[in-house]
Amino acid sequence: MVSYFKEILVGFYSLLAGMAVTIRYFVKPIVTVQYPREKIEMTPRYRGYPQLTIDPETKTHRCIACEMCARICPSQLITVEGTKFPGEKQKRATKYIHEHQYCSLCGLCVEVCPTTALEFSQVYRLAGYSREDCVIDHLIVLQKRQRLAGFVATPVPTAEEIEAAKAAEAAAKAAKEKEAKAKAEAKGKPEGEVKE
Amino acid sequence: MEAMAQPAAVSILGMIAGLLGVIVLVSVNALFLIWMERKVSAHMQLRPGPMEVGWHGAIQTIADALKLMGKELITPKDVDRPVYLLAPIVVFLPVLLSFLVIPFSQSLVIRDMNVGVLLILAFASLTVLAILMAGWASNNKYSIFGAIRSVAQNIAYEIPLLITLMSIILMVGSFSLADIVEAQSAYWFVFVQPLAFILYITCATAETNRAPFDLPEAESELVAGFHTEYSGMRFALFFLAEYTNMFIVAAIATVFFLGGWRGPFLPGIVWFLIKVYFIIFVLMWFRWTFPRVRFDQLITFAWKILIPLAFANLIITAFILKLR
Repeated sequence: MVSYFKEILVGFYSLLAGMAVTIRYFVKPIVTVQYPREKIEMTPRYRGYPQLTIDPETKTHRCIACEMCARICPSQLITVEGTKFPGEKQKRATKYIHEHQYCSLCGLCVEVCPTTALEFSQVYRLAGYSREDCVIDHLIVLQKRQRLAGFVATPVPTAEEIEAAKAAEAAAKAAKEKEAKAKAEAKGKPEGEVKE
Repeated sequence: MEAMAQPAAVSILGMIAGLLGVIVLVSVNALFLIWMERKVSAHMQLRPGPMEVGWHGAIQTIADALKLMGKELITPKDVDRPVYLLAPIVVFLPVLLSFLVIPFSQSLVIRDMNVGVLLILAFASLTVLAILMAGWASNNKYSIFGAIRSVAQNIAYEIPLLITLMSIILMVGSFSLADIVEAQSAYWFVFVQPLAFILYITCATAETNRAPFDLPEAESELVAGFHTEYSGMRFALFFLAEYTNMFIVAAIATVFFLGGWRGPFLPGIVWFLIKVYFIIFVLMWFRWTFPRVRFDQLITFAWKILIPLAFANLIITAFILKLR
């Protein structure tokens, strides 16, 4: 008999405790945001899609078009092209396409990059109307971010510029080879001269 | 009793006005309650709820109702046709009739009968019949399960409901709702009969088939219970009846325990509606707090706890009244 009433009282108390929890939540502020109209700040460690880092010194990207990211990507969705421009020591990316619709955000590209040219972005609104909408041209994205940060946007090389750079490089290479050949010949000639 | 104001229903015009008023009240109330339920549930889960149509989604339910009206009325092949078609009407009938005796304010009552309580409770039992009809006629195992559960549950919970109300009726000495409100001029009965109030709210939750006693339409186990096979406006009638039943049980709670339309400053109707919607809020609060009970727990709870407590409450009330 005692246990009967005890059970009723304990049960009643537990019901009241539950109701206290829900009413506390009832008056708490809402955490849901109205998605298309409101934006939220992502945490700095948020792992969005990878983007090109803006180098604090040069105010541009550090991509040397080594294609390590393209090679390690498990979904093979990164396309990088690069050319060596006259007067520069290293190759520079002329095209960086990221087909985000296939991306699993594994972050291997960010890890493998030898020049730490990639970082995770804080972009979380990635909905698009078609698969093509999800293709990200990173050089264009970089330009936008540079403008927002107040830097000069790095121009994306045009096809003619790339052709010219390639031709110049080929010419330089040819000139170098010629020079090397000439050198080698010059090296071999003195002996022959001696013979003569 | 008869000398009291008998405003409406004295003429044909009064009757028509009363009927129109009730129909408007029923539909507006259901529209409001569905919106309110969605908002209450949302805020308890830290969501904003409907926000798009109208101010904070206020007319979202109207859009939903219009959509329901436009839907095709599907009648499955193997249903028991006459019963199937009659069930939504039968579920709606007691709902309308119960408004006949509810005193919204001192003068705003369609017809104050001296058997008011009995009338409401008798008609409320018809809801069970409608649910049984709907479940049986649908010829669907989930529907019939919902109907069987509903019958067992409603019969079990009607007993403590009646007994708890009986203790109030003993105190007042009348079945008329107006008299019961009149008797609370000094104090509300919730203060002298707290146990009866708690028992009544519990039974009312079960009678309206709401969580945690929503086994007849437990969506996670029975699809939609007894109204699985109903679509369009027929489904809407079940929905309307459910929310109007909530209003009616809350109105009875207000009349019996919270002093009806009594209150300072504001007119009676406003006080009445404030109290009714407060009780409805409590019912919604229950729904979004408690998990659904198992069926054996449900029946055990009614027969082993609610009925003995209700009887004890009735006997103690009777003794105190006799000794006083």
